[in-house]
Amino acid sequence: MADRILVKKTYKLYVGGKFPRSESGQTLTFTDKKGKLVAAYCKSSRKDFRDAVLAASAGLKAWKAATPYLRGQILYRAAEMLEGRSAQFVEELQLQGMGKSAARKDVQQSIDRMVYYAGWTDKVGQLFSAVNPVASSHFCFTVPEPTGVVAALVGDAVGLSGAVEAACRLLAGGNAVILCGCAACPLSASSLGEVWHTSDLPGGALNILTGIPADLAETAGSHRAIDGVLGIGLDPAVEKSLQEAAADSLKRLSFVAEAPKSGSPYAIADFLEMKTTWHPVGV
Amino acid sequence: MSENPFINEPYAPAPESTKVAIKDVYGLFIENDFVPAEDGSTRETFNPANGKLISRVAEAGEADVDKAVQVARKAYDKTWSRMAPAERGKYLYRLARLIQERSRELAVLESMDGGKPIRESRDVDIPLVAAHFFYYAGWADKLDYAFPNRTWRPHGVAGQIIPWNFPLLMAAWKLAPALACGNTVVLKPAEFTPLTALYLAELVQEAEFPPGVINILTGGSTAGRAIVGHDAVNKIAFTGSTEVGKLIQRSLAGTGKPYTLELGGKAAHIIFEDAAIDQAVEGIVNGIFFNQGHVCCAGSRLLVQEGIADELMRKLEYRIQTLIVGDPLDKNTDIGAINNQPQCEKIQEFLKEAKEEGLELVDGGQDLPEQGFWCRPTIVKNAPQSSRIVREEVFGPVLAVQTFRNPDEAIEKANNTRYGLSGGVWTDKGSKIFKVTNAVQAGVLWANTFNKFDPTAPFGGYKESGMGREGGLHGLVPYVRLGD
Repeated sequence: MADRILVKKTYKLYVGGKFPRSESGQTLTFTDKKGKLVAAYCKSSRKDFRDAVLAASAGLKAWKAATPYLRGQILYRAAEMLEGRSAQFVEELQLQGMGKSAARKDVQQSIDRMVYYAGWTDKVGQLFSAVNPVASSHFCFTVPEPTGVVAALVGDAVGLSGAVEAACRLLAGGNAVILCGCAACPLSASSLGEVWHTSDLPGGALNILTGIPADLAETAGSHRAIDGVLGIGLDPAVEKSLQEAAADSLKRLSFVAEAPKSGSPYAIADFLEMKTTWHPVGV
Repeated sequence: MSENPFINEPYAPAPESTKVAIKDVYGLFIENDFVPAEDGSTRETFNPANGKLISRVAEAGEADVDKAVQVARKAYDKTWSRMAPAERGKYLYRLARLIQERSRELAVLESMDGGKPIRESRDVDIPLVAAHFFYYAGWADKLDYAFPNRTWRPHGVAGQIIPWNFPLLMAAWKLAPALACGNTVVLKPAEFTPLTALYLAELVQEAEFPPGVINILTGGSTAGRAIVGHDAVNKIAFTGSTEVGKLIQRSLAGTGKPYTLELGGKAAHIIFEDAAIDQAVEGIVNGIFFNQGHVCCAGSRLLVQEGIADELMRKLEYRIQTLIVGDPLDKNTDIGAINNQPQCEKIQEFLKEAKEEGLELVDGGQDLPEQGFWCRPTIVKNAPQSSRIVREEVFGPVLAVQTFRNPDEAIEKANNTRYGLSGGVWTDKGSKIFKVTNAVQAGVLWANTFNKFDPTAPFGGYKESGMGREGGLHGLVPYVRLGD
């Protein structure tokens, strides 16, 4: 009896809670070290990015409106989903050339990072807020709010846990995210959408665009509905052109050379805005 | 005599009598010495209320900036970064005390050089300057508590550029946290208002700061560009226009140099039907006519709920007639001189355009002095969203008025701007305050009050109003480099 024909997966984008292909119809191929085709994945275009911005703007409303407790529940649910699918993710990372133990470690680290940030959603507010002891008869306090729609550009050498770090630190603060790039593990990045999709994350709060970050950097920098850009492991020339473009609408920018080894609430704070409110005290 | 029953007798003049010693020429303040510019350039500074020359100040060029930056670096390496933090704090306390002692002279000088009413420079600007130094002085030896679980160190030399609307207050907002965190500073005051910063330099001498810790370079855009572009400047802090802020962010691309920008605004001032109307009218007046409207967080867009629009506008139009426009040094003055000629022309241009658009303009009808730069308090009624007077920062005593029907529309209109510095809400209902202040995208929200400032209260913008916060614990963050 002949071997059963495998049903192979089509690796798609994740935009607005749906799994579209690139509107450009373009794909990139992932080949193993011997040059053998592993799979094709979407090469996101600038139009895909603009579509994702619309989705993210809609997703931001729902995500911002969610209570910090609910955001924590959803991030934790994503960790549960990834734990349940860890065999699939380890296998996929191996397909993309990683050794088994390294792949397992990367997936575990991704799960743990989700749990870490799940715990911060209802704590950063207190950590970064203040009641200001003003010298007048006012009750004055400062609280953080999400920056808005943030593009996270992930460089070619950054693994799955680095991409998860980028998404989680932004989501934990209440931002909507457009995660771009992930050339080291595009198949896993694509599959990550399925994890979030089954975690009750509002559609559009996280969007995943596989492809070449440099293709999207200019649009990410110049798009006026993008409020901030996070870059992990980008080429310095890409970083520079992004910063130049971003000055057109004064975006918040944060760049790190490589995926951080541990999470941090200060990383969340890079994309929080502090709002100070004054109330008179009196009758 | 006015027909306005509120003014049944004209006020007698009440000029401020404090004398302040002003030199004919000021040098650049480098290494605790006043020195002429390398190329000998100077710039004149005028009293905008009468157009008279007050003094001449040296005009810094690239060579001067380079010299000041080197000196600041040396002071950082040799003294300031090595000094016990508590000692750094004591210098700042000393400076705060000297400012308190000389507050009247500083207030007079501020009003002479910048045109703001003495009532404001005396009661708002200068007390806040002293308070700011006093507040950050105390942080100098407590910074380990400010950044839990992180290591921190100063950046080194901070380059700071400030505007002409609150000359000494902006200097204090910049200098105090930078110095408390252990940085040394090269500060450039605005070309129109150098004098109080130079008076402060004299107090720095008197406080016996180590030479080179505070350097003050008067000058224009050449000096500003040189500071931003200098390789040995480790941090940039800028307050000014959004346009220049964008140029700075662009020019710093690829340098890795940290920056904070406090830029323009077009704040919505939202008045709900259930507000205490008479108080709201006073709040609106304070929101837009404070400091001639030369305030980045001014409440320049009035949003009034339809049901009270007629009554509120009647009261507001009445109220602006009672404002006294005139001599900044008169204690009765509400609205002083427009700070400088280009700004006066810019405001007139906005008003001309609004008239050409067919908008209804109402002003207070005051007689204006013949000399100097002036603008009556002006209201632009029923301004459409597409109008430039609604979309752009006028930076003058000009209020654009729109109406709304319900809270959602108010929020929508308030947020329909590229700016996000401040906002105001007037209502008697607490839950409505929280809903609206949460929804307005701006860094500072005033509920049933407006234009309040305090050194402990973080201030700064969302969106194109800039990034970073000044004031409070949050205001320390821009002046340290954090490690793991």
